[in-house]
Amino acid sequence: MKNLFSKVALSVAVVALTSGMAGAEAKGVSDNVVKIGVLTDMSGVYSTLGGKGTQVGVEMAVKDFGGKVLGKPIQVIGADHQNKADIASAKAREWFDNEKVDMITGLLNSGCALAVQKLGGEKKKITMNTGAASTALTNEACTPYSIHYVYDTYALGKVTAEAVVPAGGKSWYFLTADYAFGHSLEANTSKFVTKLGGKILGSVRHPLSTADFSSYLLQAQSSGSQIIGLANAGGDTTNAIKQAREFGIDKKGQKLVGLLIFDTDIKSLGLNVAQGMQFTSGFYWDRDKATRDFAKRYYAIHKAMPTMDQAGAYSATMNYLKAIKAAGTDDPDAVMAKLKSMDVSDFFAVNGKIRADGRMVHDMYLMEVKKPAESKGEWDILKIVKTVPAADAFMPLSESTCSQVKK
Amino acid sequence: MSKSLWIILVVVGLVAPFIVYPVFMMKLLCFALFACAFNLLLGYTGLLSFGHAAFFGGASYVTGYLVKTGGLTPELGILGGTLFAALLGYLVGSLAIRRQGIYFAMITLALAQIVYFIALKAPFTGGEDGLQGIPRGKLFGMIDLGQTYSIGGSPVALNLYYFIFALFCLGFWVIYRTINSPFGQVLKAIRENEPRAVSLGYKVERFKLMAFVISAALAGMAGSMKSLVFQLASLTDVSWHTSGEVVLMTLLGGVGTVLGPLVGAFTVITLQSELSSVGSWITVIIGVTFVVCVLLFRRGFVGELGRLLKKSL
Amino acid sequence: MELSFQTVMSQVMLGLNNGVFYAILSLGLAVIFGLLNIVNFAHGALYMLGAYVALLGFTSLGPLIGMPDFHLNYWAALIVAPLVVGAVGIVIEKTMLSRLYKFDHLYGLLLTFGLALIIQGVFTNFFNVSGDPYEAKPEILNGAVNLGFMMFPKYRLWVICISLLVCFGTWYVIERTKLGSFLRAGTENPELVKAFGVNVPLMITLTYGYGVALAAFAGVLAAPIYSVSPVMGSEMIITVFAVVVIGGMGSIMGSIITGLLLGMVEGFTKVVYAPASSTVIFLIMVVVLLVKPAGLFGRES
Repeated sequence: MKNLFSKVALSVAVVALTSGMAGAEAKGVSDNVVKIGVLTDMSGVYSTLGGKGTQVGVEMAVKDFGGKVLGKPIQVIGADHQNKADIASAKAREWFDNEKVDMITGLLNSGCALAVQKLGGEKKKITMNTGAASTALTNEACTPYSIHYVYDTYALGKVTAEAVVPAGGKSWYFLTADYAFGHSLEANTSKFVTKLGGKILGSVRHPLSTADFSSYLLQAQSSGSQIIGLANAGGDTTNAIKQAREFGIDKKGQKLVGLLIFDTDIKSLGLNVAQGMQFTSGFYWDRDKATRDFAKRYYAIHKAMPTMDQAGAYSATMNYLKAIKAAGTDDPDAVMAKLKSMDVSDFFAVNGKIRADGRMVHDMYLMEVKKPAESKGEWDILKIVKTVPAADAFMPLSESTCSQVKK
Repeated sequence: MSKSLWIILVVVGLVAPFIVYPVFMMKLLCFALFACAFNLLLGYTGLLSFGHAAFFGGASYVTGYLVKTGGLTPELGILGGTLFAALLGYLVGSLAIRRQGIYFAMITLALAQIVYFIALKAPFTGGEDGLQGIPRGKLFGMIDLGQTYSIGGSPVALNLYYFIFALFCLGFWVIYRTINSPFGQVLKAIRENEPRAVSLGYKVERFKLMAFVISAALAGMAGSMKSLVFQLASLTDVSWHTSGEVVLMTLLGGVGTVLGPLVGAFTVITLQSELSSVGSWITVIIGVTFVVCVLLFRRGFVGELGRLLKKSL
Repeated sequence: MELSFQTVMSQVMLGLNNGVFYAILSLGLAVIFGLLNIVNFAHGALYMLGAYVALLGFTSLGPLIGMPDFHLNYWAALIVAPLVVGAVGIVIEKTMLSRLYKFDHLYGLLLTFGLALIIQGVFTNFFNVSGDPYEAKPEILNGAVNLGFMMFPKYRLWVICISLLVCFGTWYVIERTKLGSFLRAGTENPELVKAFGVNVPLMITLTYGYGVALAAFAGVLAAPIYSVSPVMGSEMIITVFAVVVIGGMGSIMGSIITGLLLGMVEGFTKVVYAPASSTVIFLIMVVVLLVKPAGLFGRES
């Protein structure tokens, strides 16, 4: 008993001591290591477009940076959030509290991203989101420590609607993934469709990773819309497109428009099925020499070309490390100040800038899937139809409801 | 149970946050209470509910909603969650106790599934995202549960921990009193021989329903506690996997023993956290544990130990 | 959405398509429950296993046995997968379930729950949770038939027909043949049947094997429609449990009819109020339990 008491007394003393010291943290690198956590969908419906490939991107960036910053080693750890917000948040909490993780990236799946970003705000830890799309991340849910790096539902909806509606796709019906991301994508796209003179006939919501879309497709079919907008991603989008063909929906004049499509989805559909589809992307590996050089190195490791999430994770990590170097510390406040003041310009982001709300704005691209005859290789699948300048693609800062924006 | 054992338990609980990761400790307490509540039903009344996640998860949503949107203080939020679980327990129980054995298990499972769908579809639950960012709030409007103290360089929410620990002790005490009351004796009689209990003049159905409600309420309290710890109520908490997990905890520790569910919860939660790096192999390991338990030691750890010591634990 | 004849019929047809899966799975559960008094929680996992046998037979078996050009085709898979899974079932029954008959039946439920976790967990480790496509659908079943109110894929039509055939075939064997009469007698009074010289333990083993083989058969049928994924069974099984509770456990015809009807009700709900479609079966279950606790076709114990 006596032993136990002395242990308690000792612990209390330790508390008193360390809490006294907490304020006097020296500049430099905390805990003598910069630790980057890749928390994303490693096994589920989004694992091909993100997953291990995102971690590969981060690890490449660390290696290219030299493996050290301010003389201290850089470590990368990864974990699977299984698309469950509770797992994501518990893992992030453990990383922040116990593993001394300084920054979390990846974060595919808006539900998980929102949970982790909120936690990061409370714990003063940086989150650099490359995977999730919801605009809530840079609006009501933004924090002083959150960055949304690659794309968002505003840009996807705007660029695609501006291509489809003027070309005659006036009436829309949505198939929407029933969680934060799908809702946000549907809402943003609807706004631009209506603004451009189109009409929304309705929508149906399906759970994440649905196997059988037949009944949803029939509902979309009986709405009689010209366009069936797919406000979902990954395996859900490809399943819906395949099954629409099975029921002969595309033959009856209705057109399917995927609002978020990744290179890996096109690969899984095949050019025969996907040819001619237009969608919005933040990155394509075959854009110019710099992207091709990166993609080649990436392919050598991952055996697939990088998606925008995976390439974005490289760029985000690289710029995070640069900011640490420039700030001379990994203190989150100083690093964020640097990130928001420097220009982001590399193979990934052209004319990139991180705004006060955490949105990294850069040029976006309207893509089109090549015809099988146009394709010269396994990964030669897309062409860039139009480059949309950063200022036109993303939500203007003045519209952001983020508390970090001074008005 | 001997007095010294009680004291050891309390002391361990008091010093634990200084030694192990406190969030882990709090998770453990929540699931331990959940398993104890479940054991009251399976171990002392002989009813296998395969839908207890409905109470655990349902209450965590209610607490989350009351605290986040309703702006209630945490203790009122937990009270609300517990009352909700009791009410839900009354409804589910009234339907389910009309059948026995395997039918009872299936009916509770299916009814819990309705709760799952409500959690998925209702406008205030956040669907697949769950209810996020639940504030920990100020206990009685005064003590800040979010307050952290630095222990060994890591921030620790000590106020929250002791609040959760106190609630656990309260719940555990209620269960202990119930088991050792005349009411508990009747429950055990029902478990051993239901027709005999009927012929002795007991209104068996009422006793069963009463036990079901108490068990549901305490399972709910555990869920409410969890929603404050993780600041999140999610579909995982109401899914049938969680219902299965609590069965495993109880079975592993020892059905019908006071300490069994504690040991079982400790084992399962530790396994999950220590083996989280092996990914989904954890499901396989839990499955194997289940099978081994059912085939080889149906009494569980504590039950087997009790048999060796010839003592009821 | 307006309630046009076309819309309603289309959704009900799709509902029937789901309904045959409910029917075939709940039939397997009922057959097992009738003789073994065990609710087979592993049923969903074995359904998934059936689909994977078909998938792997098509993609990986050839390279594995050193014949890269060999693919187990769809028709062969329809026979091989149930046999493989049936054999797995027989092993499970012989080595594990048979030890538990002398204890409470609930232990059977718990054991099969553990098995379900193991099987699902193993497959989650090796395969993508979002599923892999099974692309061995025979050419002859490609394309769609015009039913007047909709274009209905030929493959789905085939699934409905063959499933009904298997369901009613099973019913016929159990209710109308001598073999079936032994089975039914074994359910009522195993001791007496033993006295007649019937090998009851063998009968039990084969029954379990047949029940899970049915699940595997459904798995192969499902493979070309849904992606083959490790969680396909666990999503299905709970609904099928509700079907079994509504139909009344142990009734062969009851489980078939309830399965078909509930599939169609689910389809119809999608037209009327889509968000309720996943709950409607459970709501019906509550009503049935209130009115007739033993289920629609069950006997009062």
